[in-house]
Amino acid sequence: MSTKPSQSETETETDTEPATTGHQQRRLDDKRARADDRDEAAAQAETEFDGETVELKVFRYDPEIAGKEEPRFDTFTVPFETGMTVLDALIFARDSYDSSLTFRHSCRQAVCGSDAFFVNGSQRLGCQTQIEDLEWPVRVEPLPHSDVVKDLVVEMDHFYDQMESVDPFFDPDDLPDGELEEQRQSRQNRENIKLSTRCIWCGACMSSCNIAAGDNKYLGPAAINKAYRFYMDDREGSEKRQERLEIIEQEHGVWRCQTQFSCTDVCPKDIPLTEHIQELKREAVKENLKFW
Amino acid sequence: MYEHDVIVVGGGGAGLRAAIAAQEEGADVAIVTKLHPVRSHTGAAEGGINAALRDGDSWEDHAYDTMKGSDYLGDAPAIDTFAKTAPDEVIQLEHWGMPFSREDDGRVSQRPFGGLSFPRTTYAGAETGHHMLHTLYEQVVKRGIEVYDEWYVSELAVTDEDNPNDRECHGVVAWDVQSGEIAGFKASDSVILATGGIGQAFDHTTNAVANTGDGVAMAYRAGVPVEDMEMIQFHPTTLPSTGVLISEGVRGEGGILYNGEGERFMFEHGYATNDGELASRDVVSRAELTEINEGRGVDDEHIYLDMRHLGEERITDRLENILHLAEDFEGVNGLEEPMPVKPGQHYAMGGIETNEFGETCVSGLYAAGECACVSLHGANRLGGNALPELIVFGALAGRHAAGKEMADPLIETGPSDALEHDELSVPTGAPDGDAGVAEPATDGGAQGAVDTRAPTDVVADTATTEEERIEALLGREDGVNHADVRADLQQSMTENVNVFRTEDGLKQALADIQDARKRYQDVYVADKSRTFNTDLQHTIETRNLLDVAEMITIGALARDEFRGAHWRKEHQERKDDEWLKHTMVSWNDGDPDLWYRPVLLEGHDDTYEPKTRSY
Ligand SMILES: Cc1cc2nc3c(=O)[nH]c(=O)nc-3n(C[C@H](O)[C@H](O)[C@H](O)COP(=O)(O)OP(=O)(O)OC[C@H]3O[C@@H](n4cnc5c(N)ncnc54)[C@H](O)[C@@H]3O)c2cc1C
Ligand code: SF4
Ligand code: FES
Repeated sequence: MSTKPSQSETETETDTEPATTGHQQRRLDDKRARADDRDEAAAQAETEFDGETVELKVFRYDPEIAGKEEPRFDTFTVPFETGMTVLDALIFARDSYDSSLTFRHSCRQAVCGSDAFFVNGSQRLGCQTQIEDLEWPVRVEPLPHSDVVKDLVVEMDHFYDQMESVDPFFDPDDLPDGELEEQRQSRQNRENIKLSTRCIWCGACMSSCNIAAGDNKYLGPAAINKAYRFYMDDREGSEKRQERLEIIEQEHGVWRCQTQFSCTDVCPKDIPLTEHIQELKREAVKENLKFW
Repeated sequence: MYEHDVIVVGGGGAGLRAAIAAQEEGADVAIVTKLHPVRSHTGAAEGGINAALRDGDSWEDHAYDTMKGSDYLGDAPAIDTFAKTAPDEVIQLEHWGMPFSREDDGRVSQRPFGGLSFPRTTYAGAETGHHMLHTLYEQVVKRGIEVYDEWYVSELAVTDEDNPNDRECHGVVAWDVQSGEIAGFKASDSVILATGGIGQAFDHTTNAVANTGDGVAMAYRAGVPVEDMEMIQFHPTTLPSTGVLISEGVRGEGGILYNGEGERFMFEHGYATNDGELASRDVVSRAELTEINEGRGVDDEHIYLDMRHLGEERITDRLENILHLAEDFEGVNGLEEPMPVKPGQHYAMGGIETNEFGETCVSGLYAAGECACVSLHGANRLGGNALPELIVFGALAGRHAAGKEMADPLIETGPSDALEHDELSVPTGAPDGDAGVAEPATDGGAQGAVDTRAPTDVVADTATTEEERIEALLGREDGVNHADVRADLQQSMTENVNVFRTEDGLKQALADIQDARKRYQDVYVADKSRTFNTDLQHTIETRNLLDVAEMITIGALARDEFRGAHWRKEHQERKDDEWLKHTMVSWNDGDPDLWYRPVLLEGHDDTYEPKTRSY
C-alpha cells in the first residue's frame, strides 16, 4: 500500500516562505508560536501520570496481522520530559505499551538517516524533532509517496536505486603516484561541495517532492545532489564529469525540477537542494553551448 | 541457502573496508548487515583519523603514543602494524574522494588530539566518520559488491569439536528483517565479523541503538575467547540528556572544561597539569566525576565545556556540527553558552580475540573493527585511533580471509592449557535450560571427536536450530518483555561498572546479570508478524547484551589493579608485576572460564618499556 497524503494530512503548519531564509530562524519562530498552543493541549491531557503527558497518534499497518491489515491510528499517552524527541516518545510507547510498534532508528543523533517520518504533516527525523516544538497531539505517519512495509517503516529500495543510478562514486582521471601523495584540493572547492556531502540518505526530500510523486523515474533531489557532490569536486575526472552530466540531464533528471523548494525545506541537514539542482541546470546549459 | 566466498557481517567502516579488500583479492564477497551500510554507527564519528603523514612525524611516534595510551596493555605487533599501515590507508581514502578538510596548499589538514605527540589527526569537518562511511560505501557500489541489507545475522555456523581451536566456521544464519525469511549463508572461504560496538550494555552511551554486541556474543558462544572486555572507554564530553557526543575536537581546538565553581579543574585541581583538557579520556572522565561527586559539579550531574572564546568564525569553520548537536539535542547555543557535558560509555577496547590479520582461533572466522580485539588499544584507546583501526585491520582481514598469502602472525590466539587459569568467585553463565540460545552447533561432541559433517550441513543444521529458536520465541503467548530485562541490565551496568569500580559493585552487577538471565528464560515476543519484526530482533539482541555485560564484569572483577580505563577503588595502582596480561573469557558451553595471556611488548623492531602514563 502507499501513503498518499489525504486532505486532512496536508493541512499543516508548514510555511510557504521561500527557502532562502534561514532554517534555524524559522524553526525558532515556529517554536515560539507553538509553545502557547501546546500549553493548552497539555493542560487538557488527563492521565494516569503525575507530570505532563503528550499524546501520540501513530499510523499502524501490518499486512499479516488481523486488525492491522487496514491502516489505522493508535493513540499513545507518553509522559513528557524536557528535551524529549519524537523518537524518544515512540521508543517509550513501544517499550511500555506495545512492543509491536515498528519504526527504524539507530543513531539517535541525526546521522544514520533511519527515522524520517511524516510528523504533524511534514517530513522530519524523529530523533531531531523536539516534542516541545510541535503542536500536540503529535501525529506520526510513514513517509508519504512510499510503500509502507509496516507501521512507520517504508520501502527504501526505490530511493536507493535512484541514489545508485547517478554512479555515486569518485572516479578521477589519474592519481598522484608519489608515496603518501594526496590529491590537492583548494579550501574553496571543498567549501563548495561541503553542504552536498552531508546527505544521510533519509529520503525526506524525495517524499516531499510532488514531481517525484508523479514521476517514479525522476532521479529526485538526493540523487541529483549526490551527482552535484562529485560534479563540483575539482578532483573528479573530466570523462566521468561528462558522463555524470549526461545522467542528470536525461528526461527524468534535473529539468523535471520545478523549483518548489519542498525538498530544501524538509532536509534535516539543511542542504540547499533546490539551489544545487539549479546550478546543475546551469552547468548543463553551459556544456551544451560548448558543443554548438 | 546463499553462498559466497567471503561473508562480511556488518556494513560499517570495518566491514566495508574488509569487503573491498577481499574483492580486490578476487573473492566473491557479500556483506550481510542488519542496517543498510550508510546507517552504521561509523557515521557518527566526528573527530578524526590518526596517521603519521608528515615530515617531523613518524609511525614509530604514533606507535609509541598508542602503546603509552594503552597503558601497556596493547600488543606491540598489533600496534606496529597499525601505525605503519595507517598512512597508506588514509591516503587511500583520499584517493577514493573522501572530502577531508584542507590546508591552504590543498593538502589534507591535521590537528592535535588527546594523547598524541604530534598533530596527526586528519579530519573532514566535524563529520569525519560520516564521510569515511559514505566514501567506503561508494566504493562498494562502484565494485558491485553484493549487500544483503536489513538481514539480521543471529548465529554462526561452526563445527562442534570439543576444543575451539579445532573448530571451523562455514557460514552464518540470518533472517531477512523485511520478509522474515530465515536462511543459511555458506562461506566457502571465511566469515568476517564487523558488527561494531557494545554500548547498549549501558544506559548512558554515545553508541547507536543497534550497537548490541551481536558479533562479540556470537563468536563467544562459538568458543572464541573474548579479550580485555573490562576495558570500556567512557567519553568525558557527552550531552547529559541523550548521550550524544561532543567531539574531543572541541578540546583539540582549545575548548575548556569548567566545574560548577568556574574553575578550570584539569589544571587547578591537578588532574593533568601538563596536558589539561587534552589528557587521555579516562583521566578526564574520572576528573569530571570526581568534581561532580565532591560537590563541584553543576546540578550534581555534569560540568561545562566552553568554546565561546574560540570565536564564531573558527567554530563555524571547524566545529559547525557541534553547534547543531548542542542545539538539537540539548537546546543550548554553543556560541553563547557553555555546553553541559558528562562522561558516557563510548568505546569497547576489548572484544573478539584476533591476531594482527583479524583471524580468530576458529578457522575461517575473522573479526575486525570495534567488535575485535587485536589488542591495539589495550586499556585505553586514543581519540582518532578507532577509525584508522577499521581500515587497517578491515583491509588486512579482508585480504587474509580471501586467501592472500601473508607472513606468519606474531600474535597467538585460542585457549591453551599452558596459560594461567583463574577461578571465578561468583556464579556466572547460563542458567539451566537457558531459553532462546541455539547451542547444539557447538555443544560438545564426545571428547576429541571430529565433526565430520559437510560444510553445507553445518550451515543447514544451524539454520534449523535457529528456526526452532525463533519459532519458540514467537510461539510463546505470554511472558516477560525483553525491554524490561534490558533496561534493568543497562542500569546496573551504568551504576556498577562505570569509571569508578568497586568489588561490591561488580559482584552486585554479576548477581543482577544472573537474575536477568533467569528472567530472560521467560521472554516472549508479542509481535507475531513475520514482517519487519523488530520485537523479535530486539529480543535476540538483549540475549547478546546479557553475555556481553557478563564478560565485561567478569574481566573487571578479575583485574584488581588500576590500568587505563579500568579503575578499582581498592586497587588504585598499576601492578606491572602481576597484570601485564590480558583477561580472557571463554564461554565454555555456558560455564565461563577465565584465563590470562601475557601482553606482547616486543614489536617488529623494538621492545616497549612500561613507563608511567602521565599527561
Ligand atoms: C559518537 C562517536 C564518535 C566517535 N568518534 C571517533 C573519532 O572521531 N575517531 C575515531 O577514530 N573513532 C571514533 N569513534 C569510534 C568509531 O567510530 C567506532 O569504533 C567505529 O566506527 C566502529 O566501526 P565498526 O565498523 O566496527 O562498526 P559500526 O560502524 O558500528 O558497524 C557495525 C555494522 O555491523 C552491523 N551489524 C551489527 N550486528 C549485526 C547482526 N547481528 N547482523 C548483521 N549485521 C550486524 C550493523 O548493521 C553495522 O553495519 C566514535 C564513536 C562514536 C560512538
Ligand atoms: S538530501 Fe537531505 S532530505 Fe534528502 S536524503 Fe539527503 S539528508 Fe535526507
Ligand atoms: S535515529 Fe539516526 S537519524 Fe534519527
